[in-house]
Amino acid sequence: MNTEPEDIVIVPKRHYGRLIGAALVLVALGAIVQAFAVGQIEWPYVARFLTVPVILQALANTIIMAILAMILGLVLGVIFAVMRLSANPVLSSTALGYIWFFRAIPVLLQLLLWYNLALVFPTLGIPGLFAFKTVDVMTPFVAALLGLGIQQGAFTAEVVRAGLLSVDQGQYEAAQTLGMTRLQLLYRIIMPQAMRVIVPPVGNEFIGMVKLTSLASVVQFSELLYTAQSIYYANSRVIELLIVAAFWYLIVVTILSLIQGRIEAYYARGVAVSARR
Amino acid sequence: MNSIPSPTAIDADHLAGAPLVLARKVEKQFGTLKVLKGIDLAISTGEVLCIIGPSGSGKSTFLRCINQLERIDGGALFVSGERVGYHRVGNKLYELDDKAIARQRRSIGMVFQRFNLFPHLTALQNVIEGPVQVLKESKADARAHALSLLERVGLADKRDAYPSQLSGGQQQRVAIARSLAMRPELLLFDEPTSALDPELVAEVLRVMRGLAETGMTMVCVTHELGFARDVGHRVAFMDQGQIVEIGDPRSVLSDPKEVRTRAFISAVRH
Ligand SMILES: Nc1ncnc2c1ncn2[C@@H]1O[C@H](COP(=O)(O)OP(=O)(O)OP(=O)(O)O)[C@@H](O)[C@H]1O
Ligand SMILES: [Mg+2]
Repeated sequence: MNTEPEDIVIVPKRHYGRLIGAALVLVALGAIVQAFAVGQIEWPYVARFLTVPVILQALANTIIMAILAMILGLVLGVIFAVMRLSANPVLSSTALGYIWFFRAIPVLLQLLLWYNLALVFPTLGIPGLFAFKTVDVMTPFVAALLGLGIQQGAFTAEVVRAGLLSVDQGQYEAAQTLGMTRLQLLYRIIMPQAMRVIVPPVGNEFIGMVKLTSLASVVQFSELLYTAQSIYYANSRVIELLIVAAFWYLIVVTILSLIQGRIEAYYARGVAVSARR
Repeated sequence: MNSIPSPTAIDADHLAGAPLVLARKVEKQFGTLKVLKGIDLAISTGEVLCIIGPSGSGKSTFLRCINQLERIDGGALFVSGERVGYHRVGNKLYELDDKAIARQRRSIGMVFQRFNLFPHLTALQNVIEGPVQVLKESKADARAHALSLLERVGLADKRDAYPSQLSGGQQQRVAIARSLAMRPELLLFDEPTSALDPELVAEVLRVMRGLAETGMTMVCVTHELGFARDVGHRVAFMDQGQIVEIGDPRSVLSDPKEVRTRAFISAVRH
């Protein structure tokens, strides 16, 4: 037997189970691609509608709505998280009530409630000062923004609260000792540290928000799904237009996931490298 | 504060010619537990006072009252001749608002047992944070001052390191530099070396010793009796919320008058 080192060849162990599994998956994927290729889908229609102006406008509306509703959610979330941690029982129980109510009611239902607010309050305003007709104010845009943003605030408040609680008490004391006021220490010392805990779930929720905007189709807000539906009601290319909408959701969510990774890395600075992974 | 100030409390909000720290019958309780039972103490400018005493005797609580991390429940406390935490009108004491308390804290530095550096900021950023945000110094001035302070504590080369990349002794020295950056009149140390490995204690004590030599007024809660003896101008022994004995380090540490002091010192020694 020749055992000279240069003659020895390492033969990797064969994982037959994995090979069979991979082969089965490939066959299944092939079948799916084949099915869509020969199925009743007019791909040229998909390609054509992907970039028609109404769809691009709807895409913009979706993105704008997701961003604005998320901003509203974050602002409300921070306010109600701070209120919930307040020593004042009125403030903390108000925050608790808000979180309880808006987390419990389905978003779809909330959207319909806002949209139909005129049935309850025909006019809005401060009596004697000014008043609006509710139907004029509660446009699909406003109803969608309020419905999505306010319920998001209830979820974000809990995330922000967890973030604030994750910061060590000693950090508050060190900042107070430097003579920082409450706002300064929240903004400069506590929030940047809480962000490490807050950003990953908020990133997830933002991605969820992009998809939630599709619910605003029930209040006639011209986002992607509503627009796709309006087109297929006219031309009956149902699947083609749903694929167009799905394509754009995929693109937006993919881009957001990449951005999220960047932001997480930023807020993880100063944390031991081993803890980052 | 719910309770009425004790009759011995001093009448004015400002005392001319007062020592840097003046405590008169300072009381503090947590729920029903009386933690400080009438502390009387005067600390003059440039003095180094070391406080020793058993666990739970109220040493940290007293330090925390001085820079208002705790509110006193009775008596009166003055720093630089100014009443701490309250504004007196007639026989009523009004709690100061957030801004006024923040202003009073600026001139008092505190070094914590667990360092409490800001983990999201580098050593240099930790040191310039207070001057820039609170004292509104220009970034350039604050940076120059911070670099000289890091140099002074022997960490000029670590200015861009995050706290997680520093040893305990290095973190504590950055924390001292951070306090000094506020140009405090008074520095409080709460067991600054207790969380350190024995071989790192000396480097922190060396920095503190250097500070004492520059005439900084310091109140140090410490179990380092050697440091108290060599650097302290006076040593106070606290037990059960009271100052039992205070005086020259040599007499308090080597020849204590009180039985409790004697028992504590021999327990720490062995
Ligand atoms: N926030 C608080 N709430 C309730 N009790 C407290 C609080 N802070 C301190 N105490 C109690 O007050 C007493 C004095 O505490 P303090 O921390 O001042 O002691 P210490 O002398 O610094 O002790 P050590 O040497 O262990 O640090 C202890 O009995 C402690 O349990
Ligand atoms: Mg203590």
